[in-house]
Amino acid sequence: MSTSGSLATFASALASGSIEVIDLTHTLSPDFPTLVLPPELGQCAPFRIEEVSRYDERGPAWYWNTITLNEHTGTHFDAPVHWISGRDLPHNTVDAVPPRHLVAPACVIDVSADCAANPDFVLEVSHVEAWETQHGRIPEGCWVLMRSGWGQRDAKAYANLREDGAHTPGPSHAVMRFLVDARGILGFGTETIGTDAGQAHHFDPPYPAHYYLHGKGRYGLQCLANLDKLPPTGALIIAPPLKIKGGSGSPLRVLALVENSRK
Amino acid sequence: MTMPLTPPKRKNPLKRTRLPVLPSGIRSRTAHLLTQAAAEGRFALPACNDCGAVHYPPRDACPKCLSPRLALKDVSPAGSVAAETIIRTSTDAYFRERMPWRIGTVALDAGPAVIAHLHGDVSAGQRVRLALKLDKSGQAVAIALPEKETPDMSDDPQLRELTLDPKFRRVLVTDARTPVGRAVVEAMVKAGAALVFAGVPESWKPTPGQDDLAKLKGVEIHALDVTDTKSVQELAAEIGAKVDILINTAEHVRPGGLLERRGVQMAREELEAGYLGLLRLAQAFGPTMRFRGADGVNNACAWVNVLSVYALTNWPAYGAHSASQAAMLSAAQSLRAELRPGGVRVVNVFSGPIETEWYQPVPPPKVAPGQIASAIVDALKRGLEDVYVGDIAEDVRARLAVNPKAIERELG
Repeated sequence: MSTSGSLATFASALASGSIEVIDLTHTLSPDFPTLVLPPELGQCAPFRIEEVSRYDERGPAWYWNTITLNEHTGTHFDAPVHWISGRDLPHNTVDAVPPRHLVAPACVIDVSADCAANPDFVLEVSHVEAWETQHGRIPEGCWVLMRSGWGQRDAKAYANLREDGAHTPGPSHAVMRFLVDARGILGFGTETIGTDAGQAHHFDPPYPAHYYLHGKGRYGLQCLANLDKLPPTGALIIAPPLKIKGGSGSPLRVLALVENSRK
Repeated sequence: MTMPLTPPKRKNPLKRTRLPVLPSGIRSRTAHLLTQAAAEGRFALPACNDCGAVHYPPRDACPKCLSPRLALKDVSPAGSVAAETIIRTSTDAYFRERMPWRIGTVALDAGPAVIAHLHGDVSAGQRVRLALKLDKSGQAVAIALPEKETPDMSDDPQLRELTLDPKFRRVLVTDARTPVGRAVVEAMVKAGAALVFAGVPESWKPTPGQDDLAKLKGVEIHALDVTDTKSVQELAAEIGAKVDILINTAEHVRPGGLLERRGVQMAREELEAGYLGLLRLAQAFGPTMRFRGADGVNNACAWVNVLSVYALTNWPAYGAHSASQAAMLSAAQSLRAELRPGGVRVVNVFSGPIETEWYQPVPPPKVAPGQIASAIVDALKRGLEDVYVGDIAEDVRARLAVNPKAIERELG
């Protein structure tokens, strides 16, 4: 391996710890909440794990499990084909996502204080503009991650279900149009169960994040963790979904590379 | 006078848990006529189709006219004790541990004389009600009960061997979130259970009324999701050695046959909550229950499945659900044989459509959740094995006995 060149510099930065690797993934566990839909509709299968053998008569020297889950269970990636607006686009399934899209920079918009005060907080263009005056214009082809603080809640507060559905924060349709059309983002990521707000069914049009992102071939990331450990700009996201033939999404391990300011 | 049971003390951890031993479990095929009656709590004896004579013990031909055409017939259980005796010693391992044991001869008004176990409140010369019950081997035996209810009658040690009374026992209700589950939790508290473990799946979803349940004396709420192996194993690790009665109320009812559904996702959910749920519970709780079949006054004694009566014959309007119920019934039969060596009885409670959301468009008669709960209490107190709750369940059972092909055509 060459010791000069940008990759070699990057590798030594990783080795020295001046670039830190942060895990943005929740542990896949049966207890992690899934999207709740009216029960007559098809449901999001929760994560389940069944032991195949554990150094026993079923397999004396090895331990392994069979897992079952939906493509949209746990920390997961949404491909454009997930939504009806993206169904006819080229390369719209997880197996067809261009590999260069799987590594991209991120802008992190911290609205955790607003979300703590109001679980139905809606991210608007004004919030993004305020962020841009502080941190600069959102570059094309990056992830925009909405930091709501939701990832730190316990399961019940995380799902936050009431009689009239889930109450979790998310983006407005105006901000999604702005991010997709005016800023050309690669995708939008959230800490909540979906990229859309819990009450987004009642927005006009409903589910703006899903609708605009996927309609324009962009991606979604949801159930992210540790967004509080990311700087507003400068983090690099590695988010490759499983290569599921024709898949609409995939659980995945999301990593962020961050310059370590202490080093 | 029956000595009322006192709440069992905590176990002495220095003492070995006694292993279950069973009374003789061998019966002829003919004798299983009585098993059939006892399983449903009927008092019925073989009767001759030709001359009408009722006889006991069951024989292959009528003792009066030698006709082989015999059938079970419900007869009056009234009679009087002609003679009684007390057995003080026995070479039988089961009875040896339970000496002294009273038996007697009961002259039935219906004709035959029957050798029967005697309840403590009956003695020679008295009028009695004879009952057929299943013993720890799952075989039919007769017990003479007082003609009228006596104080603390169900606490009689000989009778308690034949029943599954919740009194002083600890009960796990696997899903207290369903309307049936809630009703069962309340009914078990009322029936004198020492403790009711109420399982709640997906505790991140709000459960209406959970606070009320938790307020009931003797109810503990536990996370339990029968679709999640780990959750079942974790609860078994926590309370498995204290579960004397397990009542599986987990359900996943969805309408539709095979063709109205796209794909197998919904059927999988039904199997996960139904058949596989039963399997997970059986593997996690079954072995310990089987081991604890003779563990004192609050020994493990019963496993109750709440099933749709359409487990017995498919109802195409709920065709895929019926199929999952048939799988559960088959599994329950296997479980019955597997738990029997521990003296633990599997009780199947068959119900027609229940007064719940998933049967909303189905016209009455429907079964109220409380009706199922009462039927379970009754089944446990009487020691039944097969229970049919409500008109639909009774009707399906009766029609199946006459012509299974006819009901198949009529249901779909």
